[in-house]
Amino acid sequence: MSLYYVQKFLFELNRSSELQERYTSDPSAALGGYELTPDEHTALAEADIGLLYVLGVNGQILMHFAAFHQIAWADYLQLMRDGLAVHGPVRDGVYAATGYEGVSAHSARLGQSSGLAPTSAAREAVSNSKLCEGN
Amino acid sequence: MPLVYAGICSHAPGITGRAEQADPGARDRLYDAFDRMRKEIEATRPDALVVVAAEHFANFFMDNMPSFAVGMADSYDGPIEDANWLGIRPFRAPGNRDLSRRLITEIMKSSDIAYAEEWRFDHGIAVPLHFLTPDFVLPIVPVNINCQGPPLAPMERVWAFGQALRDAADAVPERIAVVGTGGVSHWPATPDSGKINETWDREFLDHWSANDRARLVSYRDADIYVEGGQGGFEIRTLVAISAAAQGAAGVVQHYESIPIFSVGCAIGRYQLPES
Repeated sequence: MSLYYVQKFLFELNRSSELQERYTSDPSAALGGYELTPDEHTALAEADIGLLYVLGVNGQILMHFAAFHQIAWADYLQLMRDGLAVHGPVRDGVYAATGYEGVSAHSARLGQSSGLAPTSAAREAVSNSKLCEGN
Repeated sequence: MPLVYAGICSHAPGITGRAEQADPGARDRLYDAFDRMRKEIEATRPDALVVVAAEHFANFFMDNMPSFAVGMADSYDGPIEDANWLGIRPFRAPGNRDLSRRLITEIMKSSDIAYAEEWRFDHGIAVPLHFLTPDFVLPIVPVNINCQGPPLAPMERVWAFGQALRDAADAVPERIAVVGTGGVSHWPATPDSGKINETWDREFLDHWSANDRARLVSYRDADIYVEGGQGGFEIRTLVAISAAAQGAAGVVQHYESIPIFSVGCAIGRYQLPES
């Protein structure tokens, strides 16, 4: 797992219009200079928000990647929640290191609802993903 | 000369980017509070505004992450985010390289910091400026405290930085205003986004208003994460302002949870002797 390079790519993508153009025209080629596992490469190339979150990408970087792909805010949140449901707990990074308890348990402890309702766009995006089909 | 203004505000991107999705009353109350803050800052006739922020991987990354950084440029562009997503048009905010250099030199006497001659503002600074100097006429000195990529500087070091910042502001002839922006509890850009721990927020803000150093520096990240989320790490920016206020009492002028903004929106200021 090379979370550092996953996040470094997203950091540089956010800052560089040149990299944005290369990524848009050929995602795999744009990822060529980064030390990534096959899963990480695929998640970045296919903009799999749910898997990237589970891999441990910081939301402060991930939200810009979602915005770059024109994913609406509510859909972005739901894609992460669906990623947890499909792939399990966050594996690395700040959310894993601090012991993420899960959306529902967290809501219950705070005495709050789970937030925004699922959207049809988010559900469709997840149902279309290869990773979801395998489960 | 002595610091002329010390305050705090929220900076969540939804404040401008998702404004139309918020409860209009809550949104307008926040906007009114920002406008009052702008007028109060203007009334102190500052020569520059120091913004102590917690940027979000726009300029600083884990390849070379400073705990504390201060900008040293004559201008700063923003926002780094898509302008439509953030709801703030592209801007160039004025800086003051000479003033920054003098402040940095003073701060370095007692606090280890990095400086940056390039800095693109993200929402962490752009949102406050959108309200506090909407025409981008007030020279800005950006400050960053790493609140995103652990390990993070402990609160005692944040306090020491805030003291050094105050000493520096007092040492230069310019009239300096300082605003901290971050926190309080939130789980930004995560599946928990929109949750707000208002009880924890109000307890922290009580300590902030009282300028209770012992309680403010006692916060630890493991506890912050449980009660205030990753976004809670950003209370460092608010604690730095407490230190800069040198024991002055503060008042929280506005607090209201606005879930679509992903944060309890707070605005406050310290009552400085000179202001």
